[in-house]
Amino acid sequence: MNAPHRTVVVTGIGATTPLGGDSASTWEALLAGKSGVGHLEQDWAAELPVQIAAQIAVEPGEIIPRPQARKLDRSAQFALIAAREAWADAGFTAKAGEDSAVNPDRLGAVIASGIGGVTTLLDQYDVLREKGARRVSPHTVPMLMPNSPSANVGLEVNARAGVHTPVSACASGAEAIGYAIEMIRTGRADVVVAGGTEAAIHALPIAAFGNMMAMSKDNENPQGASRPYDVTRNGFVLGEGAGVIVLESAEHAAKRGATVYAEAVGQGVSADSHHITQPEPSGNGIAHALQNLMDSTDLDAPEIVSINAHATSTPQGDVAEIKALRKVFGAEADHMAISATKSMTGHLLGGAGGVESVASVLAIHKRVAPPTINITELDPEVDADVVRDDARPLPAEGRIAALNNSFGFGGHNVVLAFRSL
Amino acid sequence: MAATQEEIVAGLAEIVNEIAGIPVEDVQLDKSFTDDLDVDSLSMVEVVVAAEERFDVKIPDDDVKNLKTVGDATSYILKHQS
Repeated sequence: MNAPHRTVVVTGIGATTPLGGDSASTWEALLAGKSGVGHLEQDWAAELPVQIAAQIAVEPGEIIPRPQARKLDRSAQFALIAAREAWADAGFTAKAGEDSAVNPDRLGAVIASGIGGVTTLLDQYDVLREKGARRVSPHTVPMLMPNSPSANVGLEVNARAGVHTPVSACASGAEAIGYAIEMIRTGRADVVVAGGTEAAIHALPIAAFGNMMAMSKDNENPQGASRPYDVTRNGFVLGEGAGVIVLESAEHAAKRGATVYAEAVGQGVSADSHHITQPEPSGNGIAHALQNLMDSTDLDAPEIVSINAHATSTPQGDVAEIKALRKVFGAEADHMAISATKSMTGHLLGGAGGVESVASVLAIHKRVAPPTINITELDPEVDADVVRDDARPLPAEGRIAALNNSFGFGGHNVVLAFRSL
Repeated sequence: MAATQEEIVAGLAEIVNEIAGIPVEDVQLDKSFTDDLDVDSLSMVEVVVAAEERFDVKIPDDDVKNLKTVGDATSYILKHQS
């Protein structure tokens, strides 16, 4: 192989989540152990078996002017807000080309969503039935297509090296970041804006997930409903929002004097091919992804001090992930602090990999692991060092690494690794 | 009762303001939807549908391409409103 194999770093972060309208407020709430889950007060929720969700902290309509917002699905609005923050945080002052620090032909965008513009699709179907075909918005298709968030972020920054949308349900955001890392490593791009977004808090997705028995129905206790690893956990809580990072070749970042948060070491990917929705219960599929990460990078197990687990608060999935960690790392897993931030953000589906990558990067950069809240009694099958209740300092000295795990319906497993410089 | 030219321009100004965010006072007879008012081909469909409802007029797709300016649209509506 003669292809270049370049070091990739993270130079910008952005997020809009149920915990805050940007990455700083989200991080502060994560460290404080705050829940973003609440009761759904919308009329349509009254008849649903599940009436709780983690809704966005700052409505995008407060930020994006209405003429632009009305042409963007909510998922694209979230992506745009997070991408703008990450882009500015990386030190860029205008779109590529206008900011001479980045060549548009060497800039990519990879933003994923698990479900795409589902609220646009459903809202416009209502328009069709209630008002007729003539009233269906001409913006419907570019709003609901799953690549819409990526395309709109690409337009925003003037990305011409390639704009992509990997789709793998709840692994989508992580797969997007993995794809972006490879674009830079293999020399296709110098800078890539990457992450995930989701906006699926709507009657139909909630009814559908609820009927799969995948969601917590703890309507009387919203803030305690998402409780990964607790022995009484009974399903995930749907969240919404986006997380985006700016990835860059180390050389390009150094040349322009960018501030670097962490190295994006690489990804490990696998597929269970076991069941369309159930995780492979022994954890073999996830272990395969972890092993692929270790085999394809120079990451050393002792460096890994923090894991942002997928841990959605489902009975099967949470345990399969822990089994996989033990299979691959054995006793080394004892020093890996496990954070299940979905206990606070809810499950952002395709947005999860983006938001949790932002959290993983900050865990390394700030050297502190966010807590897992709502564990009253740890499931005895969870044989791991779970960070409970309070944030925990990570080693102050030496090189440290964090993993971000994401798994999706369809059996998709994606593990990302970030490391201090 | 049919709308006057002034009423049509004012109505189009409100529609363009809603769809493209352009201040109502900038929507004048000589302004081009695409070049001056930030109304692209997709948004033009929205403008047309809103104008059809407001002025009780049918604007077939084949005629939309001839409506380059606010003046074009105003004349069309004046002529075709029922």
